[in-house]
Amino acid sequence: MTIETKNAGRRRVLKGLAAGAGAAAAASFLPARFAIGQQARLRLGLMLPYTGTYAALGKNIDDALRLAINEKGGKLGGRAIDYITLDDESDPSKGADNANKLVTGSKVDFMIGTVHSGVVMAMVKVARDTDTMLIIPNGGVGAATGALCAPNIFRTSFSNWQPAYAMGKVAVAEGRKTAVVISWDYAAGKESTDAFSQGFAEGGGQTVKQLFLPFPNVEFQPLLTEIAATKPDVVYAFFAGAGAVKFVKDYAGAGLGSSIPLVGPGFLTDGTLEAQGDAAQGLETTLHYADGLKFPKDIGFREAFKRAAGRDADVYAVQGYDTGTLLISGLTAVKGDVKARKALVGAMEKTVFNSPRGKFTLSKAHNPVQDIYLRKAQGLQNLFVRVAVKDLADPATGCSMA
Amino acid sequence: MSDSLVFFLIQVLNGVQYGLLLFLVASGLTLVFGIMGVINLAHGSFYMLGAYLAYALTQLTGNLFFAVLLAVPLAIVFGLALEALLFRPLYARDHLYQVLLTYGLILALEETRSLVFGDDVHGVALPRWLDFSIHLTGALSYPAYRLFMSAMCLVIAGGLWLLIQKTRLGMAIRAGASNREMVQSLGIDIAWVYRAVFALGVALAAFAGMIAAPVASVFPGMGNQILIISFVVVVIGGIGSIKGAFLGSLLIGLADTFGQVFAPQLAGMTVYVLMAAVLVWRPAGLFGGNAR
Repeated sequence: MTIETKNAGRRRVLKGLAAGAGAAAAASFLPARFAIGQQARLRLGLMLPYTGTYAALGKNIDDALRLAINEKGGKLGGRAIDYITLDDESDPSKGADNANKLVTGSKVDFMIGTVHSGVVMAMVKVARDTDTMLIIPNGGVGAATGALCAPNIFRTSFSNWQPAYAMGKVAVAEGRKTAVVISWDYAAGKESTDAFSQGFAEGGGQTVKQLFLPFPNVEFQPLLTEIAATKPDVVYAFFAGAGAVKFVKDYAGAGLGSSIPLVGPGFLTDGTLEAQGDAAQGLETTLHYADGLKFPKDIGFREAFKRAAGRDADVYAVQGYDTGTLLISGLTAVKGDVKARKALVGAMEKTVFNSPRGKFTLSKAHNPVQDIYLRKAQGLQNLFVRVAVKDLADPATGCSMA
Repeated sequence: MSDSLVFFLIQVLNGVQYGLLLFLVASGLTLVFGIMGVINLAHGSFYMLGAYLAYALTQLTGNLFFAVLLAVPLAIVFGLALEALLFRPLYARDHLYQVLLTYGLILALEETRSLVFGDDVHGVALPRWLDFSIHLTGALSYPAYRLFMSAMCLVIAGGLWLLIQKTRLGMAIRAGASNREMVQSLGIDIAWVYRAVFALGVALAAFAGMIAAPVASVFPGMGNQILIISFVVVVIGGIGSIKGAFLGSLLIGLADTFGQVFAPQLAGMTVYVLMAAVLVWRPAGLFGGNAR
């Protein structure tokens, strides 16, 4: 404990020196590191799920990130790259250990990760303690760009609040007055259902019942019976993966599909449509990405990803790709000098580029400001219907930078 | 009937139906545990194995029933092979060895599943003639397949009762559960009983996975969820007691269902509170006659 504190102190001093010296000397001198001889390789630490339930998501993020960098010559700010990959196992209890391994063991310049919000929280903590650059390519936990926001922490995906709030707006605009929300009893579920209720209430709707079941329980029958007894105008569900498959099928099996519309954030039907079969057809969801967006950038990206990875791109691939592009803009601006932290963060903050999802910009809290799309499940695609809310920024509750 | 009474009865149905499915998994676990003295952590993996077999064979044959007809013998053969190759050498050893072995089996089966089927979630199609819902009240219907599932579970439970109470093998099983040494000294080939019990346990768990596959879908880690709750059932019912497993399953099914409805904040705890209460009252479980 003591040692860590001392180290952190020394690091702060060094950082101060580097920032001061860097700003003055960047133009005329090569940074000290480079004087040794060869230009040092930039170390990217990818902490993603490479096994387990989220393995496919981690793989898509990884492949798309490399694709973005390889399209620009495979270097960042002129420096060659060492990729250090680490399986996070989607296990929050191992999150801090793994992140520390990357920072102190592998001495990475950037941490990239991850999918599971619980592990993201551990990475955020380590990033704050060690002042390491962190880019989050998925996990939507609000605090990462809210109460725990920091100059060195960026997110290229979404916050749980964004698609949920947008769906609240959509539901009320479609004339629904009462809603039941349902999710697993964990942080992401609460964030999502609360944000839906907020958007829904702003239009005059009312959430009449909140149903939660313990994670990762999938015995939904009792709660479906509750929904039938409550008879709301709309049901908002936050589930992902296997839980989403089972919930959507059970909902249809209980005969509720024909009488009470089921809506949710995109995760309810993303990557699960094949397993959900007929039960998911026609379901409306909101997300920052959709099939059939028809942006030239999106079409090009999908082709390139298919060529590079041999799989179809999805929202996770887009997030990985944008993580790569964000790295490119930041490091090009400082010519690969990660020690010029202020300039690096400034360049990343101000970056604007064309993402497959549309225009990409960041809020003051370092979360994307983005259009949230309303999509409809059709066949194996979540097809674009319309923009649900334009340029939606997360409220970044509790963030002192915002 | 008043509306609330109707919904109450539907919730009872939900609880019973969940409990019956649990029984299929827990009955195999309690047999293997009680008679062979083997703590089989891999029991949930057999449930997963059944579900993935149902998925693969349904794709192959185009019909869930053919898939189940093919998969049950496969599961029995798998159980016999596992018993002969891995479990038999460990009978004389300490529980710790069995825990290590069966934990290793979980990892090996999980990884094999990942290599063969990948990590995506898959759905299993219902047989056409069961793919409908029965209208109950208001907006609510009940999927016919769930009722069919419960009926199958009851048939299996009845079959197990007959097997245990009325056959020679059943007699040996009951005797083995209460006093293994005595059974051996009476000249009954306990090795044969072990083989039969283990294969039966695997087949029951796999069968549960097969018939649950269309409603649960098949996904990585599905076995571990059901394993923990099955251990709770076994502990409540009393180790080695089929009757206890049956009653325990229904209790857990109902407690979980009504826990979610009436005390959603505590829903994660209700079954464990129930377990603790039963253990205080009867430390060996409801039907655990002789605590070993």
